[in-house]
Amino acid sequence: MLKVLKPGFFNTIQDKGRFGFAIMGVPVSGVMDGYVTDIANSLLNNSLDSAVIEITFGCKFQFLCDTFICVSGGDFSPEINHQAIGLNKKIAILKNDVLSFGKIIFGVRSYLAVSGGIQSEEILKSKSFYKGITTDFVLKKGMILPILEHVKKETIANASIKVDTSHFKSIEIRCTKGPEFELLNLQQKKRLLENRFSISKDASRMGYRLNEVIENELPSILTSAVLPGTVQLTPSGKLIILMRDCQVTGGYPRVLQLSENAICKLAQKTTGSQFQFFLRAL
Amino acid sequence: MEHKVTYKPFGDAAILMAWQSEISVSIADDILEFEQKIKALKQANITAVIIGYSSLTIVFENRYINYLNEVKNLKKIYKSKYTGLKKPAFIWEIPVCYDLEFGIDLQEMSKTANLEVSEITKLHAQKLYRVYFIGFLPGFLYLGGLHEQLFFERKSNPRVQVAKGSVAIGGKQTGVYPSESAGGWSIIGKTPIDFFNINLEDPCFAKAGDFIKFIAVDKDAFLQIEKEVKDTSYKISKTRYHA
Repeated sequence: MLKVLKPGFFNTIQDKGRFGFAIMGVPVSGVMDGYVTDIANSLLNNSLDSAVIEITFGCKFQFLCDTFICVSGGDFSPEINHQAIGLNKKIAILKNDVLSFGKIIFGVRSYLAVSGGIQSEEILKSKSFYKGITTDFVLKKGMILPILEHVKKETIANASIKVDTSHFKSIEIRCTKGPEFELLNLQQKKRLLENRFSISKDASRMGYRLNEVIENELPSILTSAVLPGTVQLTPSGKLIILMRDCQVTGGYPRVLQLSENAICKLAQKTTGSQFQFFLRAL
Repeated sequence: MEHKVTYKPFGDAAILMAWQSEISVSIADDILEFEQKIKALKQANITAVIIGYSSLTIVFENRYINYLNEVKNLKKIYKSKYTGLKKPAFIWEIPVCYDLEFGIDLQEMSKTANLEVSEITKLHAQKLYRVYFIGFLPGFLYLGGLHEQLFFERKSNPRVQVAKGSVAIGGKQTGVYPSESAGGWSIIGKTPIDFFNINLEDPCFAKAGDFIKFIAVDKDAFLQIEKEVKDTSYKISKTRYHA
């Protein structure tokens, strides 16, 4: 078991998402940055869709059993019993150890993976928190999360994986043309692909609104599918990049579609971050 | 009837099938038939089939797909004859209380449209609405068939909070908010029915291709049904739809 001593701010349990229920209007959800959770789960020999805790700001946990963990993603100065621990490394945990996160050194989302994955309730085939689907939608103080006891038998090889820092620093966001890209005029296309954009205050797991405006007279489209990574152009000329908790359908023109890797990169950027779209041919 | 369908890549792992961009029963039927055909094939690498008014999006599990091969396959499926059973369509009777207490925009709408409030609610409850698809929120039905006298522009300033169960009109559409959310539609009433209940085996009773009929009820009946919905004793009345 894992006890939440301090819930922090908007920290959730996520796996790779809820598939097969779009027909009821249920969002996919899932980890925002699947690139770094793949690393953490691999180091623990977990399946890649094992549930992890997605951390956006300072929280504290106590382990009520022995296990192994791996922290990946953003560096939020993780400590075990006030001793700094490294990222992307398999770490042995003893019963009663306290894991805390503090100062943010880089990144926007940090992940805690545990041996075997978090064993919380599965709803519609996923453990990913989502308001209205799972009983809880953020971690709360005092919550007890089920994890598997895993007694240390092996000596851990001191292996850690080095994560390419460009994952956090690069401003290059790769994408392909969205279904309505060709409705844009030449000037709009140039504006979209030759300028930098910045993320506004309105940035959540559902989507990021961008600050810049593209002159736009395109009409809305008949409501159609949208996906995580879809870039919508709103009538006001502002862009919205849909993220993992996005709705399943929308009515704004879909001008670009981010690659899976670009969504992960963007998950490590937030309000104020700048980036540029790079179009890749399909 | 066979329609003209175009295929477009939608990112690295999805394909958008686009019908002529219009809201029509014939197109919606064609999309549904295709959806049934592809479902029946149970292709393991498909993680989502998302229906729109005039589109269908197929999302694959693979990170990258062989686009040309997949389109060829989809074209073949589209041309094939559906041999399975046609999914039965139902008409669901949804009780709505149109009292001004719930229909908080009715008086303003009455002024703009120059229609009595009673006329608005009567026109709304008179029609049979087709469920085109479900999107926006879990259990949010996109309904077609609104009387043209009831077309109202969306609000320029959406409300931050619209109560769960609110029955509303936005543009040429009507719908029910299945959970509390922000929303820009004009609110004309409230239903005690849950359009999405995660505790039920089938969280969303309505399916694309079904029909909704709104039945006006007074506040006493509303409260009684609300109670029955809570203790799960309420059964929504449904009948088979025959085209």
